[in-house]
Amino acid sequence: METLKGEELHALQAKRLRWTVERAGNVPFYQKMLKEAGVRPEDIQTVDDVQKLPFTRKTDLQGGYPFGFMAVPMKEVVRIHTTSGTTGKPTVVGYTRQDLDNWSELIARNLTMIGLTDEDIFQNAVNYGLFTGGLGFHYGAEKLGMTVIPSATGNTRRQIEMIDDFGVTALHCTPSYAMHIAEVAEQIGTTLPTLKTGIFGAEPWSANMRKVLEEKLRLTSYDSYGMSEMYGPGAAFECPERNGLHIWHDMYLAEIIDPKTEEVLGPGERGELVVTPLMKEAMPLLRYRTGDITMFLEEDCPCGRGMKIARLHGRSDDMLVIRGINVFPSQIEHILRSVPEVGDEFLVYVDRVNHLDEMTIEVEINRNAFRGELEDLTRAQNKVVGALREALNLRTRVKLVEPDSLPRYEGKAKRVIDRRGDEL
Amino acid sequence: MDITKYTIKQISVFSENKPGRLAAIAGALQDEGINILAFSIAEANGFGVVRALVDLPEAAYKKLNAMGFMVSFTDVIAVKMRDVPGGLFEMASVLSEAEINIEYSYAYSGREAAVLILRVDRVDSAVEKILAHGGTLLSVDDFS
Repeated sequence: METLKGEELHALQAKRLRWTVERAGNVPFYQKMLKEAGVRPEDIQTVDDVQKLPFTRKTDLQGGYPFGFMAVPMKEVVRIHTTSGTTGKPTVVGYTRQDLDNWSELIARNLTMIGLTDEDIFQNAVNYGLFTGGLGFHYGAEKLGMTVIPSATGNTRRQIEMIDDFGVTALHCTPSYAMHIAEVAEQIGTTLPTLKTGIFGAEPWSANMRKVLEEKLRLTSYDSYGMSEMYGPGAAFECPERNGLHIWHDMYLAEIIDPKTEEVLGPGERGELVVTPLMKEAMPLLRYRTGDITMFLEEDCPCGRGMKIARLHGRSDDMLVIRGINVFPSQIEHILRSVPEVGDEFLVYVDRVNHLDEMTIEVEINRNAFRGELEDLTRAQNKVVGALREALNLRTRVKLVEPDSLPRYEGKAKRVIDRRGDEL
Repeated sequence: MDITKYTIKQISVFSENKPGRLAAIAGALQDEGINILAFSIAEANGFGVVRALVDLPEAAYKKLNAMGFMVSFTDVIAVKMRDVPGGLFEMASVLSEAEINIEYSYAYSGREAAVLILRVDRVDSAVEKILAHGGTLLSVDDFS
């Protein structure tokens, strides 16, 4: 499957695409969309016929909250995950038993690709629960037969103790958490000698950060990509060449488009990744606009596997990924509106402090919330911090600024200043 | 007794904790020919409140407000301190016995004696008690 090429691959993709379009017909949204576009499953004869299909956007999925996009009866849905939630409602994704099996297979394939075997001891230091990274990797690693430690997040000293005591050879976590582990390990005075493989994902990390992580943790690191809408992580993964991520062509039909003109772009041209999963049962998606910016790499990979995408750094919308949690500026605006003591203009600064993402929000205090006392202000500040933590599940810093002091915008506001850049 | 006479209008200005804010406030007051008699800064977590007693509170309020500052009046009292050991104790005891809470205070050296500015939870009772115990309060007129 991994090395399938040319005619053979295209035939498989076309067959699976037709199957997906057929299943999508069970979803009222797609039924209407396909009817309006005048596309029937039998119109899909070749892979290129995917271009006959309209795009699906994140907002469409939100409109179907909670189960509007399920193509199977709920009794066949054996698990749901949700995204961290944007303006109001999160996106709910469902899985049939077959879906979970496909997903585990995919993760196992990735882990095998980077040389892991049933001899390895795998610590899964990501959030378990609704976040797909936890259970996704957990079952994939079990499928491969590794010894899995579901350590989840938090208590870094304990995490380090487990790595040392259990002889952990492979670690999966966010790159910023890996950096934190490296620092704490240094303080404790362990070099984590058993670690050899690091799998990092769920947030962008620079080449510079990779270099430092590999030096500090003395391991080889691999980038992992995915999103809940494509099952979760594992949709694309770095092979040992570590020059781009193979996006699994038997499971996903990937396209790169210009996010503005929606024109389909060729290899080497940077644009938005659009994905049509080819094997999803519970929740088929047609030409899903991921919002992630990347490109197809022009050169074939020496490993012989299929198409690769460049490592991901940007988004076509203004979504922020803070410590693995998706945050939309519109969401922050929504939250601030619920706090009468502050205005709804704001600026978000994102920094990496001690290798962890820190979000600082500047917000204007409202004139009528100030009666001259300092505690009016601290109360308002705490209220905003609390509302943000409640809604985003993130600790943020809130800076109160003077009324009318933040920049006003006509049209699209520039509200985010991401200073993580290429720093560590 | 005219308690309002002893109720001094302090201006309280919200200010971000960054260079130049105090200079902007003080400069604006200077431009208007307003004299600052006493002032203090209360600071918390990235911002603060500049509190000042000025000779022309209404004019100061108007000016700062027009400049976009967030300004508010706060009622305070100004106690003339006796320059002897126990002066502060005496005054604090009077308020404590009357169960009046001091929210904050700051001092400045007046022309004749040190002056303690007090923000209390019950201004009227504080004025009554202090005067009844023979304390001296500065009146609005002393500031203009």
